[in-house]
Amino acid sequence: MSPSQPSLSGAGAPAIQVEDLRAGYDDVVVLEHISFSVRPGEVFFIIGGSGCGKSTLLRHLVGLSHPTAGTVEFFGAPFSNADVAGRRARLKTFGMLFQGGALWSSLTLRQNVALPLEEHTPLSRREIDEIATLKLAQVGLGGFEDYFPAEISGGMKKRVGLARALALDPEIVFFDEPSAGLDPVTSRNLDELVLRIRDMFGTTIVVVSHELASIFDIADRVIMLDRTEKGIIAEGRPRELADQSNDPRVTEFLRRGKGR
Amino acid sequence: MSAPGESGEARVTATEVDGGLDVALAGTWRITAARPAWTALVAGRKAARIRLRMEAVGKWDTSLVLFLYEAQQWAEAAHVACESGALPEKVRALLQQLAGTREASVPHDRAESLLSGVGHATLETLARARTASAFLGESVLGFLRLLRHPSKFRWGDCLEEMQHCGAMALPIVSLISFLVGLIMAYQAAVQLRQFGADIYVADLVGLSVVREMGPMMAAIIIAGRTGAAFAATLANMKANEEIDALETLGISPVEFLVLPRLLALAVMMPLLALYANGLGILGGMTVAAGVLEIPPAAYWIETQSIIDLSDVSTGLIKSLAFGVLIGLAGCWRGMQAERSAAGVGRAATSAVVTAVLLIIVGDSIFAVIFNYLGW
Repeated sequence: MSPSQPSLSGAGAPAIQVEDLRAGYDDVVVLEHISFSVRPGEVFFIIGGSGCGKSTLLRHLVGLSHPTAGTVEFFGAPFSNADVAGRRARLKTFGMLFQGGALWSSLTLRQNVALPLEEHTPLSRREIDEIATLKLAQVGLGGFEDYFPAEISGGMKKRVGLARALALDPEIVFFDEPSAGLDPVTSRNLDELVLRIRDMFGTTIVVVSHELASIFDIADRVIMLDRTEKGIIAEGRPRELADQSNDPRVTEFLRRGKGR
Repeated sequence: MSAPGESGEARVTATEVDGGLDVALAGTWRITAARPAWTALVAGRKAARIRLRMEAVGKWDTSLVLFLYEAQQWAEAAHVACESGALPEKVRALLQQLAGTREASVPHDRAESLLSGVGHATLETLARARTASAFLGESVLGFLRLLRHPSKFRWGDCLEEMQHCGAMALPIVSLISFLVGLIMAYQAAVQLRQFGADIYVADLVGLSVVREMGPMMAAIIIAGRTGAAFAATLANMKANEEIDALETLGISPVEFLVLPRLLALAVMMPLLALYANGLGILGGMTVAAGVLEIPPAAYWIETQSIIDLSDVSTGLIKSLAFGVLIGLAGCWRGMQAERSAAGVGRAATSAVVTAVLLIIVGDSIFAVIFNYLGW
């Protein structure tokens, strides 16, 4: 499976535009001078070793943390500088898959997927249930609608998390370490699911991962972060970076997984 | 390149062509926005067949699929032919998937008959009794091992727990004990004054605080404060697999987590009760001085005359037992908790309820025993 490049015609505003972002907490700066853009319909990976700030960057992109400097824009509209109402409206067009699924333990799987629909759509109860069932079936969990999160496995929780992230047919879906804790087959299926979602709805996909197989299989473009640089040390297509980069940190990271 | 119909809200038009209905969808279909209703569109119309088209649709998502599915369902029920050949391949695939999930979805039945319900509840109660006695046994064995090898005990953890459940509980224990003494003195004063027996307020407050109220109030405060904290901490550790990690390393969770807490409470509870006694007497003394005009020195002498060592020691024996009961209830509920956020909350609640229940039951057993012994 080779990554298909999304059409770049139209040249509208980028799906995500990050300008000179600085991220950190208290007096500690984790990342600074971060600038990059993600095109609509692209599968974009944020990679790097442990502790380099991948998850921190993701938290800033989705608005869970506020940047100490710089801006984040989505489709040309400000996000990190927007007012509360503007941010809320934008959040409805996001989906996020958390590392452990982050399912609400007191709700059944169907209710987990249905909650965003109940909150943000004018749909009837019956339609909401229908969509929730469809989304669960799309991630391969048909028949498990009435189970509780405690009754299913870790990989299944992650897939329910994905179904929930997709409930509102988002324009951008963020994935935090989607393969962590999954077997290679499940992880591969998840990758295929990601591509299918992109091809079906033109969804923009942003993935934080260090799973090399996924990076080479589905990433259109990657940025690599580094802990000591506190910033981006490489940007481009994964295969080209692995073959042509002059930076030993980049080639060492990527070549271990090349040829899979 | 985008046609004018591709933007704007979701629209649908139906035109009659050769006795059939040509249904054309247009605009942007977003699930978060309102969309046309199929039933309103076909109300009052008759058609031999319907033809679905969506050339003028811009962005679309599941809401469009739902609309088309509704159309198909309607057509099937009304025995009308439905042509969906003009729809894109993706949409037809999604429609098929939606129809498929609808047929395959079977509700997961959690209902059970009365008989099996009672049976399961009985088995569960038996299992819980077994784990409770196993936990108690393990705690006793752990304590015996502590006596044999005191150097292996986690004294640091124990001291820290003592600080948490003892020293840090002093403000709340002070306030409540003082106020309880005050309330009792007021109640006694109203009655005793009628007989000119004002000074006996000291006897009444002193005895009831030292024998009952001091240990009891301290225990109930600690059950709510520390018992719940023990349960929540252990339940959270269980949810994070920290307790499993101890077990896989061959470390007994009871010795590592439960014993330091039990010992801390067993040591601190009598001290807290003693402290509560003092504050309770002080509360009574305040009322006597302020309302009954009994000098504090006279009040103190009267208190001393009525309380002897057996009164204080019965209170302390009880509070030691209460401490152990609170610790056991808190730790046991924590260790038994379900591995979820709700499980942590339930563990804390049931720890407090269990501890208060055990305190009251224990107190009544002590009352009978002390009466029998003549203490």
